[in-house]
Amino acid sequence: MKLNTYGLKLAAIAAMLGAGSIAVYVAAQPTEQVIKVSAKKFDYTPGEIRLKKGVPVVLEITTQDVVMGFNAPDLGARADIIPGQVARVRLVPNKAGTFEFHCDIFCGTGHEDMSGTIVVTE
Amino acid sequence: MNPSINRRDFLRLAGLGGVVFASRLSGLANAASRAGGPSGAYDDFFFVQLSDTHWGFEGPPNPDAKGTLKKAVAAVNSLAQQPDFIVFTGDLTHTTDDPHERRKRLGEFRDIVGELKVKNVHFMPGEHDASLDWGKAYQEFFGKTHYTFDHKGVHFIVLDNVSDPAAMIGEEQLQWLADDLQRLPKDARIVVFTHRPLFDLYPQWDWATRDGAKVVELLMPHPNVTVFYGHIHQENHHMTQHIAHHSAKSLIFPLPAPGSQPKRTPLPWDSTQPYQGLGWREVEAELKTAEYTLTEFPVQEG
Repeated sequence: MKLNTYGLKLAAIAAMLGAGSIAVYVAAQPTEQVIKVSAKKFDYTPGEIRLKKGVPVVLEITTQDVVMGFNAPDLGARADIIPGQVARVRLVPNKAGTFEFHCDIFCGTGHEDMSGTIVVTE
Repeated sequence: MNPSINRRDFLRLAGLGGVVFASRLSGLANAASRAGGPSGAYDDFFFVQLSDTHWGFEGPPNPDAKGTLKKAVAAVNSLAQQPDFIVFTGDLTHTTDDPHERRKRLGEFRDIVGELKVKNVHFMPGEHDASLDWGKAYQEFFGKTHYTFDHKGVHFIVLDNVSDPAAMIGEEQLQWLADDLQRLPKDARIVVFTHRPLFDLYPQWDWATRDGAKVVELLMPHPNVTVFYGHIHQENHHMTQHIAHHSAKSLIFPLPAPGSQPKRTPLPWDSTQPYQGLGWREVEAELKTAEYTLTEFPVQEG
Protein backbone atom coordinates (compact mmCIF):
# COMPACT_ATOMS: atom_id res chain seq x y z
CA MET A 1 0.00 0.00 0.00
CA LYS A 2 1.32 3.41 -0.89
CA LEU A 3 2.21 5.61 2.07
CA ASN A 4 1.59 9.33 1.91
CA THR A 5 4.21 11.77 3.14
CA TYR A 6 2.70 11.87 6.59
CA GLY A 7 2.73 8.10 6.85
CA LEU A 8 6.36 7.97 5.86
CA LYS A 9 7.21 10.60 8.45
CA LEU A 10 5.43 8.71 11.20
CA ALA A 11 7.04 5.47 10.14
CA ALA A 12 10.47 7.09 10.29
CA ILE A 13 9.76 8.52 13.74
CA ALA A 14 8.49 5.18 14.98
CA ALA A 15 11.61 3.47 13.64
CA MET A 16 13.87 5.99 15.37
CA LEU A 17 12.04 5.77 18.68
CA GLY A 18 11.78 2.00 18.77
CA ALA A 19 10.44 0.07 21.74
CA GLY A 20 9.56 2.14 24.78
CA SER A 21 8.13 5.04 22.82
CA ILE A 22 4.69 6.39 23.51
CA ALA A 23 3.13 4.11 20.96
CA VAL A 24 4.79 1.08 22.55
CA TYR A 25 5.56 -0.98 19.49
CA VAL A 26 6.32 -4.31 21.14
CA ALA A 27 6.10 -7.93 20.27
CA ALA A 28 3.67 -10.03 22.26
CA GLN A 29 5.17 -12.35 24.83
CA PRO A 30 4.33 -16.02 24.24
CA THR A 31 1.77 -16.12 27.03
CA GLU A 32 0.06 -12.86 26.25
CA GLN A 33 -3.24 -12.65 24.50
CA VAL A 34 -3.20 -10.85 21.17
CA ILE A 35 -6.28 -9.01 19.96
CA LYS A 36 -6.37 -7.81 16.39
CA VAL A 37 -8.10 -4.48 15.79
CA SER A 38 -8.82 -3.17 12.32
CA ALA A 39 -9.47 0.51 11.60
CA LYS A 40 -11.07 2.04 8.55
CA LYS A 41 -13.02 5.20 7.86
CA PHE A 42 -14.73 5.65 10.33
CA ASP A 43 -14.83 2.74 12.75
CA TYR A 44 -12.84 0.10 14.51
CA THR A 45 -13.48 -3.64 14.36
CA PRO A 46 -14.16 -4.84 16.97
CA GLY A 47 -15.81 -1.75 18.38
CA GLU A 48 -15.78 -3.26 21.85
CA ILE A 49 -12.71 -4.89 23.34
CA ARG A 50 -13.21 -6.97 26.49
CA LEU A 51 -10.26 -7.38 28.85
CA LYS A 52 -9.57 -8.74 32.32
CA LYS A 53 -8.11 -6.51 34.99
CA GLY A 54 -4.43 -7.24 35.54
CA VAL A 55 -4.14 -9.55 32.54
CA PRO A 56 -1.66 -8.34 29.91
CA VAL A 57 -2.82 -8.10 26.35
CA VAL A 58 -1.32 -6.86 23.09
CA LEU A 59 -3.53 -5.01 20.65
CA GLU A 60 -2.36 -5.42 17.07
CA ILE A 61 -3.93 -2.54 15.20
CA THR A 62 -3.97 -2.03 11.45
CA THR A 63 -5.64 0.45 9.14
CA GLN A 64 -7.32 -0.44 5.90
CA ASP A 65 -7.12 3.01 4.34
CA VAL A 66 -5.48 6.16 5.76
CA VAL A 67 -3.31 7.07 8.74
CA MET A 68 -5.35 6.75 11.91
CA GLY A 69 -4.78 7.11 15.61
CA PHE A 70 -5.71 4.86 18.50
CA ASN A 71 -6.00 6.63 21.82
CA ALA A 72 -7.41 5.29 25.09
CA PRO A 73 -6.42 8.11 27.48
CA ASP A 74 -7.90 6.49 30.59
CA LEU A 75 -5.65 3.47 30.08
CA GLY A 76 -2.61 5.41 28.90
CA ALA A 77 -2.53 3.68 25.53
CA ARG A 78 -2.08 5.33 22.16
CA ALA A 79 -0.52 4.60 18.82
CA ASP A 80 -0.24 5.92 15.31
CA ILE A 81 -1.66 3.44 12.84
CA ILE A 82 0.21 3.56 9.55
CA PRO A 83 -1.10 1.87 6.42
CA GLY A 84 0.90 -1.30 5.74
CA GLN A 85 2.17 -1.60 9.30
CA VAL A 86 0.98 -3.22 12.49
CA ALA A 87 0.87 -1.01 15.57
CA ARG A 88 1.29 -3.09 18.71
CA VAL A 89 0.04 -1.66 21.99
CA ARG A 90 0.66 -3.61 25.17
CA LEU A 91 -1.90 -3.06 27.90
CA VAL A 92 -2.18 -4.27 31.48
CA PRO A 93 -5.50 -2.81 32.65
CA ASN A 94 -5.19 -1.82 36.28
CA LYS A 95 -8.81 -0.85 36.82
CA ALA A 96 -12.20 -2.24 35.93
CA GLY A 97 -14.71 -0.22 33.97
CA THR A 98 -15.68 0.92 30.51
CA PHE A 99 -13.20 3.17 28.76
CA GLU A 100 -13.51 4.91 25.44
CA PHE A 101 -10.88 4.88 22.74
CA HIS A 102 -10.94 7.09 19.69
CA CYS A 103 -9.09 8.11 16.58
CA ASP A 104 -6.92 11.15 17.35
CA ILE A 105 -5.57 11.76 13.85
CA PHE A 106 -8.12 13.66 11.78
CA CYS A 107 -9.11 11.28 9.00
CA GLY A 108 -12.23 12.63 7.32
CA THR A 109 -15.84 13.63 7.65
CA GLY A 110 -16.71 10.91 10.16
CA HIS A 111 -13.55 11.27 12.23
CA GLU A 112 -15.27 12.73 15.27
CA ASP A 113 -17.53 9.71 15.56
CA MET A 114 -14.72 7.18 15.24
CA SER A 115 -14.49 5.55 18.62
CA GLY A 116 -14.94 2.31 20.53
CA THR A 117 -14.91 0.99 24.06
CA ILE A 118 -12.64 -1.17 26.17
CA VAL A 119 -14.54 -3.05 28.85
CA VAL A 120 -12.33 -4.24 31.71
CA THR A 121 -13.83 -6.73 34.14
CA GLU A 122 -12.53 -8.04 37.47
CA MET B 1 -23.96 57.40 28.20
CA ASN B 2 -23.05 58.52 31.70
CA PRO B 3 -19.35 59.26 31.46
CA SER B 4 -18.79 57.77 34.91
CA ILE B 5 -19.98 54.37 33.67
CA ASN B 6 -17.48 52.45 31.65
CA ARG B 7 -18.40 50.50 28.56
CA ARG B 8 -18.58 47.14 30.37
CA ASP B 9 -20.90 48.53 33.05
CA PHE B 10 -23.08 50.03 30.36
CA LEU B 11 -23.41 46.69 28.61
CA ARG B 12 -24.31 44.99 31.87
CA LEU B 13 -26.86 47.61 32.88
CA ALA B 14 -28.41 47.67 29.44
CA GLY B 15 -28.72 43.90 29.44
CA LEU B 16 -26.93 43.72 26.11
CA GLY B 17 -24.44 41.10 27.14
CA GLY B 18 -24.67 37.77 28.85
CA VAL B 19 -22.23 36.74 31.51
CA VAL B 20 -19.40 39.16 32.05
CA PHE B 21 -16.19 37.40 32.99
CA ALA B 22 -13.25 39.33 34.32
CA SER B 23 -9.85 37.79 33.77
CA ARG B 24 -7.27 39.54 35.87
CA LEU B 25 -3.88 39.78 34.32
CA SER B 26 -1.46 40.10 37.18
CA GLY B 27 1.21 42.60 36.43
CA LEU B 28 -0.60 44.15 33.53
CA ALA B 29 -0.98 47.54 35.18
CA ASN B 30 2.66 47.62 36.17
CA ALA B 31 3.76 46.59 32.73
CA ALA B 32 1.48 49.07 31.09
CA SER B 33 2.81 51.89 33.15
CA ARG B 34 6.19 51.50 31.54
CA ALA B 35 7.09 52.44 28.07
CA GLY B 36 7.75 49.36 26.03
CA GLY B 37 5.91 46.32 24.99
CA PRO B 38 6.18 45.30 21.42
CA SER B 39 4.62 48.37 19.87
CA GLY B 40 4.72 51.19 22.30
CA ALA B 41 2.27 52.47 24.87
CA TYR B 42 -0.73 50.50 26.00
CA ASP B 43 -4.19 51.81 25.26
CA ASP B 44 -7.63 50.42 26.16
CA PHE B 45 -9.46 48.69 23.35
CA PHE B 46 -11.79 45.81 22.65
CA PHE B 47 -12.02 43.11 20.04
CA VAL B 48 -14.64 40.56 19.07
CA GLN B 49 -14.06 36.79 19.02
CA LEU B 50 -16.20 34.54 16.85
CA SER B 51 -15.55 30.83 16.61
CA ASP B 52 -16.52 27.52 15.11
CA THR B 53 -18.88 28.79 12.45
CA HIS B 54 -18.70 25.47 10.53
CA TRP B 55 -20.00 26.96 7.31
CA GLY B 56 -21.38 24.10 5.20
CA PHE B 57 -22.77 22.09 8.12
CA GLU B 58 -26.26 20.74 7.66
CA GLY B 59 -28.24 18.79 10.22
CA PRO B 60 -30.80 18.79 13.01
CA PRO B 61 -28.48 20.38 15.61
CA ASN B 62 -28.97 23.67 13.75
CA PRO B 63 -31.96 24.06 11.40
CA ASP B 64 -30.72 27.60 10.64
CA ALA B 65 -27.18 26.61 9.72
CA LYS B 66 -27.19 28.93 6.73
CA GLY B 67 -28.48 31.86 8.76
CA THR B 68 -26.63 31.77 12.07
CA LEU B 69 -23.31 33.18 10.87
CA LYS B 70 -25.11 35.94 8.99
CA LYS B 71 -27.03 36.83 12.15
CA ALA B 72 -23.76 37.11 14.08
CA VAL B 73 -22.23 39.29 11.37
CA ALA B 74 -25.29 41.57 11.49
CA ALA B 75 -25.15 41.70 15.28
CA VAL B 76 -21.48 42.71 15.30
CA ASN B 77 -22.19 45.30 12.62
CA SER B 78 -24.96 46.74 14.77
CA LEU B 79 -22.70 47.44 17.74
CA ALA B 80 -22.82 51.13 18.54
CA GLN B 81 -19.07 51.10 18.98
CA GLN B 82 -17.17 48.92 16.57
CA PRO B 83 -14.31 46.74 17.82
CA ASP B 84 -10.71 47.46 16.94
CA PHE B 85 -10.54 44.07 15.26
CA ILE B 86 -12.33 40.75 14.94
CA VAL B 87 -10.83 37.30 15.28
CA PHE B 88 -12.21 33.96 14.13
CA THR B 89 -10.66 31.13 16.15
CA GLY B 90 -11.00 28.31 13.64
CA ASP B 91 -13.41 25.82 12.14
CA LEU B 92 -14.58 28.48 9.74
CA THR B 93 -16.03 25.68 7.60
CA HIS B 94 -17.37 22.23 8.26
CA THR B 95 -15.11 19.47 7.04
CA THR B 96 -15.61 17.74 3.72
CA ASP B 97 -13.59 15.02 2.01
CA ASP B 98 -14.07 16.84 -1.31
CA PRO B 99 -11.29 19.40 -1.96
CA HIS B 100 -13.49 21.31 -4.41
CA GLU B 101 -16.31 21.57 -1.88
CA ARG B 102 -13.80 22.63 0.79
CA ARG B 103 -12.74 25.58 -1.35
CA LYS B 104 -16.34 26.42 -2.15
CA ARG B 105 -17.17 26.61 1.55
CA LEU B 106 -14.06 28.68 2.35
CA GLY B 107 -14.99 31.10 -0.43
CA GLU B 108 -18.59 31.41 0.74
CA PHE B 109 -17.43 31.97 4.31
CA ARG B 110 -15.02 34.68 3.15
CA ASP B 111 -17.84 36.40 1.25
CA ILE B 112 -20.18 36.37 4.25
CA VAL B 113 -17.66 37.75 6.73
CA GLY B 114 -16.63 40.27 4.09
CA GLU B 115 -19.84 42.03 5.10
CA LEU B 116 -18.36 42.90 8.49
CA LYS B 117 -17.95 46.65 8.87
CA VAL B 118 -14.63 46.17 10.61
CA LYS B 119 -12.03 45.23 8.03
CA ASN B 120 -9.27 44.36 10.46
CA VAL B 121 -10.14 40.67 10.73
CA HIS B 122 -7.78 37.87 11.77
CA PHE B 123 -8.32 34.22 10.91
CA MET B 124 -6.89 30.86 11.81
CA PRO B 125 -7.90 27.37 10.78
CA GLY B 126 -9.59 24.65 12.77
CA GLU B 127 -9.16 20.97 12.05
CA HIS B 128 -12.30 21.05 9.92
CA ASP B 129 -10.66 23.60 7.62
CA ALA B 130 -7.14 22.28 7.48
CA SER B 131 -6.50 18.79 8.79
CA LEU B 132 -7.27 16.88 5.61
CA ASP B 133 -4.83 18.80 3.39
CA TRP B 134 -2.33 20.29 5.87
CA GLY B 135 -3.99 23.69 5.49
CA LYS B 136 -3.43 23.96 1.73
CA ALA B 137 -6.92 25.16 0.78
CA TYR B 138 -7.16 27.37 3.85
CA GLN B 139 -3.93 29.15 2.94
CA GLU B 140 -5.21 29.84 -0.58
CA PHE B 141 -7.99 31.91 0.96
CA PHE B 142 -6.61 33.26 4.23
CA GLY B 143 -2.82 33.06 4.06
CA LYS B 144 -0.54 31.96 6.86
CA THR B 145 -1.85 29.66 9.57
CA HIS B 146 0.46 30.99 12.27
CA TYR B 147 1.62 34.58 12.61
CA THR B 148 1.84 37.51 14.99
CA PHE B 149 0.53 41.03 15.06
CA ASP B 150 0.71 43.91 17.49
CA HIS B 151 -2.09 46.18 18.59
CA LYS B 152 -1.92 49.07 21.02
CA GLY B 153 0.87 47.56 23.04
CA VAL B 154 -0.37 43.98 23.08
CA HIS B 155 1.48 41.26 21.19
CA PHE B 156 -0.90 38.76 19.61
CA ILE B 157 0.32 35.31 18.60
CA VAL B 158 -1.77 33.06 16.37
CA LEU B 159 -0.83 29.39 16.69
CA ASP B 160 -1.78 26.56 14.35
CA ASN B 161 -2.51 23.32 16.16
CA VAL B 162 -4.69 21.79 13.46
CA SER B 163 -2.92 21.65 10.09
CA ASP B 164 -1.09 18.58 11.34
CA PRO B 165 -3.94 16.03 11.54
CA ALA B 166 -2.35 14.62 14.68
CA ALA B 167 -3.18 17.92 16.44
CA MET B 168 0.44 18.87 16.90
CA ILE B 169 2.09 22.23 16.68
CA GLY B 170 5.38 20.65 15.68
CA GLU B 171 8.99 21.46 16.32
CA GLU B 172 9.30 24.03 13.52
CA GLN B 173 6.43 26.17 14.80
CA LEU B 174 7.57 25.72 18.40
CA GLN B 175 10.98 27.08 17.44
CA TRP B 176 9.31 29.98 15.63
CA LEU B 177 7.34 30.70 18.81
CA ALA B 178 10.43 30.49 20.99
CA ASP B 179 12.26 32.94 18.70
CA ASP B 180 9.30 35.33 18.77
CA LEU B 181 9.01 35.24 22.56
CA GLN B 182 12.72 35.75 22.99
CA ARG B 183 12.45 39.12 21.26
CA LEU B 184 9.84 40.34 23.76
CA PRO B 185 10.37 41.87 27.18
CA LYS B 186 9.47 39.41 29.92
CA ASP B 187 6.50 41.53 30.99
CA ALA B 188 5.15 42.06 27.49
CA ARG B 189 1.42 41.80 27.25
CA ILE B 190 0.75 38.68 25.21
CA VAL B 191 -2.47 37.21 23.88
CA VAL B 192 -2.47 33.84 22.14
CA PHE B 193 -5.17 32.82 19.69
CA THR B 194 -5.47 29.19 18.70
CA HIS B 195 -8.14 26.65 17.86
CA ARG B 196 -7.69 23.68 20.16
CA PRO B 197 -7.01 23.91 23.90
CA LEU B 198 -3.31 24.01 24.67
CA PHE B 199 -3.86 22.00 27.84
CA ASP B 200 -5.45 18.59 28.39
CA LEU B 201 -9.01 19.78 28.83
CA TYR B 202 -10.55 16.37 28.13
CA PRO B 203 -8.35 14.06 26.07
CA GLN B 204 -11.08 11.41 26.11
CA TRP B 205 -12.88 13.61 23.59
CA ASP B 206 -9.70 14.73 21.89
CA TRP B 207 -9.95 18.13 23.53
CA ALA B 208 -6.23 18.72 23.74
CA THR B 209 -3.15 19.56 21.69
CA ARG B 210 -0.64 16.75 21.72
CA ASP B 211 2.34 19.04 22.22
CA GLY B 212 0.39 21.91 23.78
CA ALA B 213 2.34 21.59 27.03
CA LYS B 214 5.46 22.70 25.15
CA VAL B 215 3.71 25.95 24.21
CA VAL B 216 2.61 26.56 27.77
CA GLU B 217 6.17 25.90 28.92
CA LEU B 218 7.48 28.52 26.48
CA LEU B 219 4.87 31.04 27.62
CA MET B 220 5.32 30.40 31.33
CA PRO B 221 8.21 32.85 31.94
CA HIS B 222 5.95 35.68 30.74
CA PRO B 223 3.66 36.99 33.48
CA ASN B 224 1.04 38.58 31.22
CA VAL B 225 -0.35 35.90 28.93
CA THR B 226 -3.94 35.07 28.08
CA VAL B 227 -5.13 32.43 25.61
CA PHE B 228 -8.35 32.52 23.61
CA TYR B 229 -9.43 29.46 21.68
CA GLY B 230 -12.43 27.60 20.23
CA HIS B 231 -12.96 23.94 19.30
CA ILE B 232 -15.13 22.85 22.23
CA HIS B 233 -18.23 24.93 21.32
CA GLN B 234 -18.78 26.28 24.81
CA GLU B 235 -17.23 28.60 27.33
CA ASN B 236 -14.51 27.17 29.50
CA HIS B 237 -12.16 29.11 31.74
CA HIS B 238 -9.01 27.43 32.94
CA MET B 239 -5.74 28.49 34.50
CA THR B 240 -2.35 26.89 33.94
CA GLN B 241 -0.64 28.68 36.80
CA HIS B 242 -0.88 32.38 35.85
CA ILE B 243 -1.99 31.80 32.25
CA ALA B 244 -5.74 32.06 31.63
CA HIS B 245 -7.33 30.01 28.84
CA HIS B 246 -10.78 31.03 27.60
CA SER B 247 -12.74 29.00 25.06
CA ALA B 248 -15.55 30.53 23.04
CA LYS B 249 -19.04 29.44 22.15
CA SER B 250 -19.76 28.21 18.65
CA LEU B 251 -21.94 29.69 15.96
CA ILE B 252 -23.31 26.34 14.75
CA PHE B 253 -24.16 24.00 17.66
CA PRO B 254 -23.15 23.65 21.31
CA LEU B 255 -21.28 20.61 22.55
CA PRO B 256 -21.80 18.99 25.96
CA ALA B 257 -19.70 19.85 28.98
CA PRO B 258 -16.57 17.69 29.16
CA GLY B 259 -17.47 14.15 30.20
CA SER B 260 -21.09 15.04 30.92
CA GLN B 261 -22.43 12.38 28.56
CA PRO B 262 -20.97 9.26 26.97
CA LYS B 263 -20.44 10.72 23.50
CA ARG B 264 -19.25 14.10 22.28
CA THR B 265 -22.41 14.62 20.24
CA PRO B 266 -23.95 18.06 19.65
CA LEU B 267 -26.60 19.21 22.07
CA PRO B 268 -29.99 19.02 20.38
CA TRP B 269 -31.67 22.11 18.96
CA ASP B 270 -34.43 23.35 21.26
CA SER B 271 -37.17 24.94 19.17
CA THR B 272 -38.52 26.68 22.28
CA GLN B 273 -35.13 28.33 22.79
CA PRO B 274 -33.55 28.53 19.35
CA TYR B 275 -29.83 29.32 19.19
CA GLN B 276 -29.43 28.39 22.86
CA GLY B 277 -25.77 27.86 23.66
CA LEU B 278 -24.55 29.73 20.60
CA GLY B 279 -22.86 33.08 20.77
CA TRP B 280 -19.88 35.34 20.39
CA ARG B 281 -17.95 37.59 22.70
CA GLU B 282 -16.33 40.92 23.17
CA VAL B 283 -12.99 41.10 24.90
CA GLU B 284 -12.16 44.41 26.46
CA ALA B 285 -8.68 45.20 27.69
CA GLU B 286 -8.79 47.72 30.48
CA LEU B 287 -5.71 49.42 31.78
CA LYS B 288 -7.10 50.88 34.97
CA THR B 289 -8.35 47.61 36.44
CA ALA B 290 -5.72 45.42 34.80
CA GLU B 291 -8.37 43.09 33.44
CA TYR B 292 -9.51 41.49 30.26
CA THR B 293 -13.26 41.53 30.41
CA LEU B 294 -15.24 38.99 28.43
CA THR B 295 -18.80 39.85 27.54
CA GLU B 296 -20.83 37.04 26.01
CA PHE B 297 -23.53 37.77 23.46
CA PRO B 298 -26.18 35.23 22.45
CA VAL B 299 -27.33 34.69 18.88
CA GLN B 300 -30.76 36.18 18.57
CA GLU B 301 -33.54 35.55 16.10
CA GLY B 302 -33.50 38.26 13.50
